[in-house]
Amino acid sequence: MTDKQRIILKNRIAVTFAWIAAILFFFPIFWMVLTSFKTEGQAIAVPPQLFFEPTLENYLEIQERTNYTKFAINSLITSFGGTLLALMIAIPSAYAMAFNTGKWTKDILMWMLSTKMLPAVGVLMPIYFLAQKFNIYDTKFLLIVIYAMMNLPIVMLILFNYFREIPKEILEASRMDGTSTFNEIREVVMPLAWGGIASTALLSVILCWNEAFWSIVLTTTDASTLTAFVASFQAPEGLFWAKVSAVSTLACAPIVVFGWLAQKQLVQGLTFGAVK
Amino acid sequence: MAGVTIRNLKKSYGDLQVMHGVDLDINDGEFVVFVGPSGCGKSTLLRMIAGLEEVTSGTVSIGDEVMNDVAPSKRGVAMVFQTYALYPHMSVYENMAFGLKQAKTPQDEIDRRVREAAEILQITDYIDRAPRNLSGGQRQRVAIGRAIVRDPEVFLFDEPLSNLDASLRVATRLEIARLHERLGATMIYVTHDQVEAMTLADKIVVLRAGIIEQVGSPIELYETPVNTFVASFIGSPNMNFFAPADVAKDQGKVTTGIRPEHMEVCDASEAVVSGKLELIEQLGEYAICHLVTESGTSFMAKMEHAPIGRVGETFNFKALRGLQHAFDLDTGIRV
Repeated sequence: MTDKQRIILKNRIAVTFAWIAAILFFFPIFWMVLTSFKTEGQAIAVPPQLFFEPTLENYLEIQERTNYTKFAINSLITSFGGTLLALMIAIPSAYAMAFNTGKWTKDILMWMLSTKMLPAVGVLMPIYFLAQKFNIYDTKFLLIVIYAMMNLPIVMLILFNYFREIPKEILEASRMDGTSTFNEIREVVMPLAWGGIASTALLSVILCWNEAFWSIVLTTTDASTLTAFVASFQAPEGLFWAKVSAVSTLACAPIVVFGWLAQKQLVQGLTFGAVK
Repeated sequence: MAGVTIRNLKKSYGDLQVMHGVDLDINDGEFVVFVGPSGCGKSTLLRMIAGLEEVTSGTVSIGDEVMNDVAPSKRGVAMVFQTYALYPHMSVYENMAFGLKQAKTPQDEIDRRVREAAEILQITDYIDRAPRNLSGGQRQRVAIGRAIVRDPEVFLFDEPLSNLDASLRVATRLEIARLHERLGATMIYVTHDQVEAMTLADKIVVLRAGIIEQVGSPIELYETPVNTFVASFIGSPNMNFFAPADVAKDQGKVTTGIRPEHMEVCDASEAVVSGKLELIEQLGEYAICHLVTESGTSFMAKMEHAPIGRVGETFNFKALRGLQHAFDLDTGIRV
């Protein structure tokens, strides 16, 4: 075998592995979408059916019997609201940390991040009681606050790294120009880190959208999001696979479409630091 | 217009002291150049005048006012950075107008001042372009323009030419000199390039390790350097230094310094030093001969015309018009 053939073979093996990994990730999603177009009988048929006559029955039934739109709107409001709140806190904080880095800055960031390592259930009780005490249980406001707090460490860490890419001299120039701190953030830092802020926001929206634990625990009817909606299809009598698949597809669809539309921004943001 | 007065200025970062009590008077309208090797504190000193670096102790005054605790934008100074530090997301016009906008200057006043500065620097043609679409030289003009529009009493330049290529550096240097002529403002300029220092300055401040070694006009520094450090830093090529053993006539316990351009070939009877020719660098306009004394000290002789002879031959030198310096052997201080 020549060197060239060896390289080609190596590449082929690598590509094969990549495909296997991709299919492994994609298959459950594919199967979920497929199942959503089956009848309940077809859904549990053994052996599983790959070819069948598709039906919209499940989707129609969900539309008729449940209030999908309300859950979707709740998801939308809490995801974007939580992200907005997180950004409003994180942008000034990351600015302070990136441009006035002190001895403890790194440790503070690590400490904040370490709170993400705790199981959420560990703080469930106090949050549950506080929510009841303040009469905000099962409100979108509560979820927005929780989502913002939940994503704050990660949002701050990412923004901190983006902000640090901004040359210090530019901020010094703006200080010489007499810019107030607020204007410095608004007119210099934010436009320069725009790609980073956008992709961080996108990531945060996705994380909020997919969040299930808090939304299941802290809502009952009014503020429930799509994740709680999907979970509610688990009935004591068992699962209705086709319907759950349809609901899940409906829950995933908006964020997938959104992510796909924002793909360019997302990729640009994620590689911003690497190539500049 | 205003001068700058610095009194017993010190700067420390934690336990590390980088400025050791600097005193300096800069007169109104003067062009002062801070020069020194990297890490000598020249940029720190400039940044303390600008207000970008806090003063540990001592005072910085501009005009009659102590500025230690005054915000950079309120000191009446404007700074031109080495990296230009333009706002990448703004056009040339917006870059220059930004400071005035922050100061809530009326729009027509902003417009007038920006256009005027653009006229002076000949950047009117690309006033709507973004900085990324400009060459390095153009960017530096915009950075200078941004300083001009603020109509400062003191201009601060932090190595403004070091990111430019050689020919552009000469052109921009001339422009800065013209600008000083035209505006008559006080200018403080930091560089490690002694040619820039010599050509631009009314007054040069030579720094080393947070201490001022000498302050004087370029010609004073060239003709009467106070110590071997200043002597070696000012002038190109560097001054030759000879130990007592190298020197033919007994000069006492001193280091003898003669600039390469002051080396004159002479008879053995008049010789101050002699050396064997090792290498000739022919630069057309002049030639630099590299020689070595018997005890192994390398030195240079700058010759106006063709090389003095062949490699391997020995030559005798004296100092042209007696332009020779003597420094204390131990302290390096001029005697």
